[in-house]
Amino acid sequence: MLEYLIQRLAISAVTLAVISLIVFTGVRMIPGDPARVMAGTEADEAGLAEIREKYGLDDPIPVQYFRWVGLAIRGDLGESIRTRETVTQTVAKKLPITLELACLSILVALTIAIPVGVLSAVRRNTLWDYLANGLSLFGLSVPNFWLGIMLILFFSVRLGWLPASGFVSFFEDPVANITRMIMPAFVLGTALAAVLMRQTRNSMIEVLSADYIRTAYSKGLAGRAVLFRHAIRNGLIPVVTILGLQMGALMGGAVVTEQIFVVPGFGRLIVESVFTRDYPLVQGVVLITASAYVLINLLVDVSYSLLNPRIRIKGAASAR
Amino acid sequence: MPGDGGAVAAPAAAVLREARVTSLERAWRRAARRPPALAGAAVVVLYLLLALGAPWIAPADPLRTDWGQIRKAPSAAHPFGTDDLGRDILSRVIYGTRISMQAGVFSILLAMAIGVPAGLGAGFYRGAFDQMIMRLTDAWLSFPFLILAIGLVTILGPSLTNATVAIGVGATPTYIRLTRGLVLSTREEDFVQAARALGAGDLRVMGRHILPNIASALLVQATVSIPGAIIAEAILSFLGLGVQPPNPSWGTMLNAAQQFLETAPWMAWWPGLAIFSLALSFNLAGDGLRDWLDPKDY
Repeated sequence: MLEYLIQRLAISAVTLAVISLIVFTGVRMIPGDPARVMAGTEADEAGLAEIREKYGLDDPIPVQYFRWVGLAIRGDLGESIRTRETVTQTVAKKLPITLELACLSILVALTIAIPVGVLSAVRRNTLWDYLANGLSLFGLSVPNFWLGIMLILFFSVRLGWLPASGFVSFFEDPVANITRMIMPAFVLGTALAAVLMRQTRNSMIEVLSADYIRTAYSKGLAGRAVLFRHAIRNGLIPVVTILGLQMGALMGGAVVTEQIFVVPGFGRLIVESVFTRDYPLVQGVVLITASAYVLINLLVDVSYSLLNPRIRIKGAASAR
Repeated sequence: MPGDGGAVAAPAAAVLREARVTSLERAWRRAARRPPALAGAAVVVLYLLLALGAPWIAPADPLRTDWGQIRKAPSAAHPFGTDDLGRDILSRVIYGTRISMQAGVFSILLAMAIGVPAGLGAGFYRGAFDQMIMRLTDAWLSFPFLILAIGLVTILGPSLTNATVAIGVGATPTYIRLTRGLVLSTREEDFVQAARALGAGDLRVMGRHILPNIASALLVQATVSIPGAIIAEAILSFLGLGVQPPNPSWGTMLNAAQQFLETAPWMAWWPGLAIFSLALSFNLAGDGLRDWLDPKDY
């Protein structure tokens, strides 16, 4: 177990190092002179030189990289060109909004995916199964930004039930918060629900044909007890992994969803920083997103191996 | 013996012909068992025809503005209505098919062109090369697909070509992983070992023995990733990072529609329905193709 943990940690560390290299080179490949952007249009040559001097933009690229990594490890990602706020502060302000959105949409996804997935596995090849399959195909194929626009059209413009956009903090006004978050969460949750539903169905079908399920039936347990106590518990383990792997897609989805519903979260921050050429902010935000993904998957893998010893051994063998 | 040879050859050819007919027939019969997949494939073909024949099919010029026809509801003259500049939405949706198909198909071709050889090499040679490719893939996959694409388009500049490249590069690691996994299991098969024992070189083993055996899995993956790429193009264009106005991309059309939801909701219906139906058809066809190519399903 310890060997596996160390191996897994080492792989994550290497991945993080490669990520930092990609982000650093990527941002430096954006056309345009960062000094010019920071100084504004009216700066003269002397002003530009001063800024280059101050931010070390004239130093050799490797020097700049290691300085940036060194500061990043200590939590200093520089400051936004536009607002002069530190990147960490900006992220700390925006991230909770997106986290709320993400949690709500995972909740939406699980509430749809698990019952429907289990039902379609238990009632395999019946009308229920076909309906569930159709539902998941719908979720996979509908572009979520269009679904968002359609929901606004129906619930806000036509019926006037829900506000079309904006954000109110939960602690200020919980009701206003939820009425504004419900549509974005649903939009973000549908694609996730489709993926999770398929995974739930597949792994439940596999579990239901296992020997221990037959044993449970033959010792006289009621169908309900077998399903809830034996099958679902084991069938949902792979669903957890898929959920971890889907975090990236969820972040990407948040970018578009927040754009449509004008939610001032992390996703909108990414688009804004790209459009305003706010290099330190782009660099910091992308680095944080990718690192978070690596950490989440590390946690998923480790917790997964704790739950299931068979994977632990197989995982160590394949990582070698 | 020449006479004998001819006598044997004729029935052999007949048997061969018969076998071909029955295998074609059987393939069709197996396909016909899946009406949803066939319907999906038919719609994909229909969209392909729309894309190729847009200039002949579209009733109007997709770029021609008409100040007398601004935001008109669907009517006989404009079955899908007109947009905020008085352009015919039906024609714009038809021309938009070209952009979506182009972005969807070419980006995935690009991803395969990079991903399949890289995965093939990594899985075949293992060792340090494999480690390097896999660590790079891990890092690549840690960037959410869309955020990676947004980043790349920022570097390259917004345009259809650059959006296609960005989507393709974003999809590449999936193909590296998939190919590598398939190669790892295939290279241990007896027929691969036999080819090596007969003295086949690395390239011959990879090209003639491994690749044909993993091609169907790659084809299925391609069919199911094209809808994702189509939606990604629409999203990039929607955000203003893909096709630039006035060119009719479904994404840019939806972007414009967002400002007129109250007065001209039809502007938002059609481009979205087009993306949805095309993505759904590709998914249906891909699911069917997966079952159809599965040797266990006879």
